[in-house]
Amino acid sequence: MATVVQPEPVAPPTYHDVTRDVAATIGHPSRGYFVLLGIVLVVLAIGASALLYQIRTGLGVAGYTPPIMWGAYITTFVFWVGIAHSGTLISAILYLFRSAWRTAVYRTAEAMTVFAVLTAGLFPLIHVGRIWYAYWLFPYPNQRQLWVNFKSPLVFDVFAVSTYLTVSTLFLIVGLIPDLAALREQATGWRRKLYEITSLGWQGTDQQWRHYTRAYLYLAALATPLVLSVHSVVSWDFAVSIVPGWHATIFAPYFVAGAIYSGVAMVITLMVPLRKVFKMERYVTVEHFENLSKLLLLTGMIVAYAYGTEYFIAWYSGNPFEQASFYNRAFGDYWWATWTMILCNGFLPLFLFFRKVRRSIPALFVLSLFVNLGMWFERFVIIVVSLSFEYEPYAMGHYTPTWVEWAILAGSFAWFFMWFLLFAKNFPTVSITEVKEIIPMPRKERAHA
Amino acid sequence: MSAHPSGLLAAYRHVDAAAGAIRSLKHMGYVDFTVYTPVPNHEIADAVGHPVSPVRLWTLLGGLTGCVTGFGMSMWMSYDWPLVVGGKPIGSWIPYVVIAFELTVLFGAGATILGLLYHSWRSRRPAAFDGRFTDDMIGIFVPCPVERRPAVEELLRSSGAEEVRVES
Repeated sequence: MATVVQPEPVAPPTYHDVTRDVAATIGHPSRGYFVLLGIVLVVLAIGASALLYQIRTGLGVAGYTPPIMWGAYITTFVFWVGIAHSGTLISAILYLFRSAWRTAVYRTAEAMTVFAVLTAGLFPLIHVGRIWYAYWLFPYPNQRQLWVNFKSPLVFDVFAVSTYLTVSTLFLIVGLIPDLAALREQATGWRRKLYEITSLGWQGTDQQWRHYTRAYLYLAALATPLVLSVHSVVSWDFAVSIVPGWHATIFAPYFVAGAIYSGVAMVITLMVPLRKVFKMERYVTVEHFENLSKLLLLTGMIVAYAYGTEYFIAWYSGNPFEQASFYNRAFGDYWWATWTMILCNGFLPLFLFFRKVRRSIPALFVLSLFVNLGMWFERFVIIVVSLSFEYEPYAMGHYTPTWVEWAILAGSFAWFFMWFLLFAKNFPTVSITEVKEIIPMPRKERAHA
Repeated sequence: MSAHPSGLLAAYRHVDAAAGAIRSLKHMGYVDFTVYTPVPNHEIADAVGHPVSPVRLWTLLGGLTGCVTGFGMSMWMSYDWPLVVGGKPIGSWIPYVVIAFELTVLFGAGATILGLLYHSWRSRRPAAFDGRFTDDMIGIFVPCPVERRPAVEELLRSSGAEEVRVES
């Protein structure tokens, strides 16, 4: 006779469980962790060597061929800035919407944001070649009394990306303070010293919370328009030029949606192994992944709609250069890049309409990798393919990234993962305080009832 | 000698009990007690009854400073080296909105952090502390002289404190 086993109701974790479980993720790195860190450092060394080679030899070692003077570096810059966006979406925008599910995933997303901007910020410097003149990007008094051109979106970009890096770092640190205080009480040795210093004397007093909650609210309120502005500004780097394929008013919302789309995919890519290794299944549940995948579906459909609009407007505008440019995208030299982008970003996410896919963690993980790939190709298509096919047939060209560019691209992933791995073993990747906040505090009247 | 005044440190597990104790303490005329919670809590905040934090003023002033700086810097620098770019007026305020906006956010966020640090520092009170208050317990420290201890201890215990200890 079959026995029916009633599943036991799962008790929500207590406050102490949360502190203990998150504290358990910190320290005691396994052999696997060191192996992973080792691989990451080797790849980083390869990327750094390629960069040193480029600095020593000159930008000629990259595959730039007129008229394609923006290539893999700018593609990768836009890719990483895009990745950064979902972190602030989850930590600031969903915070303002009082969306409770964000608490378990927001810290990972926010740390990812900071490290992605840190990675992205390197690429304009790598791209300009003479990296030692990078400070020319900023307005500073100099003997020629020259100032930067404030009418240029490239200067907007300098301000937007450096503001974004500063504000997202501040936001991450402020969020960490109460958690570090909780860890301080549990830790021993040098880590205790580290948390004593970084928790800034936090004790959770009524006065501290009074100022903290306000400050956090206003930081979120400032970060929300900031995140929307940053990728809009990045999109204007292209949209204000009269290059066919770039000169479109849809670019700002199209880029912002694409940024959040790629960022959510990266959060899934990072969260899946992290949850497994750190045994966080109790806090980061399938529901969280389902919510993330709904965000992925929504932004993916906006991106697909933007692809459609671009093609429609190219046809509807009656502009032969626009039409030729878009025909070239789909059927020209780079057709494979365009179709990779359309397949990964436009079609594969449609599987998320099925609840089974949304709730299958392996399926989501694989899908997130495809979205990451597709989003890199999207930027490649927009930048390289548009530049390769402008107005004059004699000024058309073909660009292929060289090994230096591929090595630096690989190095950028290593740089990103290095920061993330170091963060994950020394700081809480799941917010102790915010996870506690959604668990109701014990009440005496209920205990006695 | 300890860094804090002598008094009683109570630890609570239940939020309503702690909020009740805070209300009773205020009723008895105590104002200089310190409450510790692992997470921000409305019930406790309502019982303590602080006015809204002045940090928001810092955000506003920082943001306005950033906005003025953004417009001021881009305008002044444009006229300092007047160069026509793309047939636009030398000082084109419309594109400078982006610079002003970014600096509004940057200065606003920076000022918010400074405000948070300043006000937390200003309002700090020397008080006894226990590490469990960042984990799962709510703490109340009441500084009081020896002769008033029995009355306060009675209040704290009767309101549901799990533990009350003398800190001197």
